[in-house]
Amino acid sequence: MSPMRDRLIFIAQLAFTLLVAAFLIVPAALSITAGVTVNYFRGVQSGLTLEWVVQVWELYADTILRSFAIALSTLGATLALGVPGAYSLYVRGGRLARTIEEIITLPLAIPGLAIALALLLAYGGFSDFRRSWLFILAGHVIFTLPFMVRSVIAVFAAIDVKTLDEGAASLGASPWRRFRDVIVPNARPGILAGSLMVVTLSLGEFNVTWMLSTPLTKTLPVGLADSYASMRLEVASAYTLVFFVMIIPLLVAMQVFAGWGATARPAR
Amino acid sequence: MTGTMTLRSFLALCLLPLALAVTAFFLLPMAKLIAVGASGKTGIAAYAAILLDARYRGTLINTVLLAAATTAATLVIATVAGLFLQRHRFPGRAVLVALLTFPLAFPGVVVGFMIILLAGRQGLIGEITLRLIGEKEVWAYSIQGLFLGYLYFSIPRVILTIMAAVEKLDPSLEEAARALGAGPLAVLRDVILPALRPAFIASGAIAFATAMGAFGTAFTLATNIDVLPMLIYTEFTLSANVATAAALSVGLGLVAWAILALARSVAGNAVAAAG
Amino acid sequence: MTSAHGVTVRVEACAKTFADGTRALEPVTLDIARGETVVLLGPSGCGKTTMLRIIAGLEQPDAGGRVLFGEADVTRVPIERRNVGMVFQSYALFPNMTVADNIGYGLKIRHVGAAERKARVAELVALTGIEGLEQRRVDQLSGGQRQRVALARAVAVRPSALLLDEPLTALDAALRERLRGELDRLLRTLGITTVYVTHDQAEAMALGDRIVVMRRGAIAQTGTPREIYFAPTSRFVAEFIGAANIVEAECVAGALALPGGRLPLANGAAAGPVVAMIRPESIAVAAPDGASLTGSVDAVSFIGDRQRLTVSGAAPKPILVDAPNSIEVKPGDRVGLAVDPAAVRLLPGGPT
Repeated sequence: MSPMRDRLIFIAQLAFTLLVAAFLIVPAALSITAGVTVNYFRGVQSGLTLEWVVQVWELYADTILRSFAIALSTLGATLALGVPGAYSLYVRGGRLARTIEEIITLPLAIPGLAIALALLLAYGGFSDFRRSWLFILAGHVIFTLPFMVRSVIAVFAAIDVKTLDEGAASLGASPWRRFRDVIVPNARPGILAGSLMVVTLSLGEFNVTWMLSTPLTKTLPVGLADSYASMRLEVASAYTLVFFVMIIPLLVAMQVFAGWGATARPAR
Repeated sequence: MTGTMTLRSFLALCLLPLALAVTAFFLLPMAKLIAVGASGKTGIAAYAAILLDARYRGTLINTVLLAAATTAATLVIATVAGLFLQRHRFPGRAVLVALLTFPLAFPGVVVGFMIILLAGRQGLIGEITLRLIGEKEVWAYSIQGLFLGYLYFSIPRVILTIMAAVEKLDPSLEEAARALGAGPLAVLRDVILPALRPAFIASGAIAFATAMGAFGTAFTLATNIDVLPMLIYTEFTLSANVATAAALSVGLGLVAWAILALARSVAGNAVAAAG
Repeated sequence: MTSAHGVTVRVEACAKTFADGTRALEPVTLDIARGETVVLLGPSGCGKTTMLRIIAGLEQPDAGGRVLFGEADVTRVPIERRNVGMVFQSYALFPNMTVADNIGYGLKIRHVGAAERKARVAELVALTGIEGLEQRRVDQLSGGQRQRVALARAVAVRPSALLLDEPLTALDAALRERLRGELDRLLRTLGITTVYVTHDQAEAMALGDRIVVMRRGAIAQTGTPREIYFAPTSRFVAEFIGAANIVEAECVAGALALPGGRLPLANGAAAGPVVAMIRPESIAVAAPDGASLTGSVDAVSFIGDRQRLTVSGAAPKPILVDAPNSIEVKPGDRVGLAVDPAAVRLLPGGPT
């Protein structure tokens, strides 16, 4: 077990890891540069410019805004449905609660395509609903709900919410007061982690959204697919750059809150 | 105190909106999907078609093989890199870890674009090979490209899981093996890898199920790659075979769910794919 | 008496400072004879586990320290090649292997043939009394069974030295005492050079040929259990082993001058302030009238096989006295105390 051999093994492993990192990062870096370069093929020498970003805004501003709107609405919906729901499931416990939790988590196991198809078959006939962005919202809520619920349940378990609840009850507070004054404030870390997760997932959601969207209700990922197919590389890259700028602060914030519940991640 | 309801009714009220939403937008549509799947020309037999019809079976096998290859390759890559990163401290390590987990939230479409930038018609690899051997290698728009794409989004996630598991390893087990004379390779084979088995199963199942159901990446790379999600898409949008598409979707959903349920029973909870 | 096995172990000027600056061990030197069982005893943080790990080869001593097995300097030899048998506090049994595979693992690494391995495993299973458990998995074993498997595994390879890191600490009190006896018997049978780490002084006394009492990274005293118990060289050792009454008083005319009377000392006690140690069982309870030392009983604790009295007024501070369980004594009684001068041990200097 000579030190020389140890050194070689270390270097080999380091080289391998660097190679893997390069595989992941190089295209992203390329894309970021391409988005602000005048001509991708001549590289950075051709000069830096924001013209592509401006063009992206002109072409796709509605998708960017719509994605934000949907993400925030999804957040609102999952908070309203998920936090009280998680509370009820956690306090109730038992087999029924566990079954309901399983059902809520099912959408994670089923491919987005199938969920979208199911929604189309069930509600395609209601043309007003079908053509509005609310249709997409429904899909996003179903898909992100389990993350919010699991995150909140995890924090309930960690702070022993049952004892807090009993303490407040012994002081005379009604269930609603307890929920409002004690349960929710103490569950803040889990709610925050879940919220970050929901917003990030909704912004990047494609599989379900693609089938549910119409030319008038496109979201950012749908626009991205469109630009990859039909726009020049620089525009597609600039669009991707806009997406990165939106998503990376959220990712960083999530790393900071790591460890609370939901461990599954998106990306297909 | 009027207006104060009991805990039980309050809990029911808390659960009601959630239950309604899930029923309306998930359970009912899924039921409709299953029903439509059986409403085609061949009726319920459509569900068996995924295994019986040669074309569908071929696609299914393709999809399974691709998912399996992705899972195997990802596990190997993530274990080598994950063990290395967790066990050594050196300047720049934190940056390296951040770089490796940075693509964690990329949607499939963006991953597809990354692969195009790497191996597409104007991709980096094509440029390099053009200069080296005079021929442009273009892989992006085929099943090889899809494989690379699946690697791209599986590696960050699996590396995180593996690194977390390595951190929890009991060092006294390795010391005991060393005390008994085991060299580093034996310790890896007899102690470390067996101890990581639950992590392998959990993250492997997620990677497999996600690869089975992934759509965005395949869609960005090409519409004629022969995997199940693309088949469902073309059947529905291009051929208007709603019943077939529905049946295939349900089949795909069942397979993905079954794999995750199996892995969960073997390795504990917190195992779920994402779409 | 079985013959001695294994090697002599010499720890020479070994110190250890960890990367974060903690000074775990001051330079210590210790010689362990072939076949001897040495117990490293002390409170947590005293450096006993660090010393064990240095002997094992899991830690390297700071520059200048050496570890010798017999004549050979093994300081640079990694643990894989030192041929030691190590039992960890948590046992560290391999969960992916059966009991038999665990025990045979060291032999497998040494490329011992399957038949010979099987025979040796059977030998050890019989020795440690775990027949019938060979095919069990680790999570199906009780604490006591795991301990025995860990021991069997460590011994299977015929190590030069056996190193045990608090092997009984993870067990409950009743089990611990039972296993202590079995462990003692086993160690005597094997006769291998053994280094045993514990913070439990009863365990140390029961198992050790010699005890090394450690404190804050240094050796406080080395000696046989009797030497440590009856002749501690410092206040720390006196108080760490068994119960001790520490009496600080003036020695006048060959006797301690105490508030409750006089306590004659053994010959040659110089005049002046002294620190004396007296074990509770060395003090006898007598009738108060005519006794040279008296006091008053504060509290009586009925232990079962004896009564422990707290007596004040005899010495500057209250002292503990062990009395037979048959006599009648209650708080408030005046008692006379008699002590054999030979049982009064004078300790050097002030508090350590």
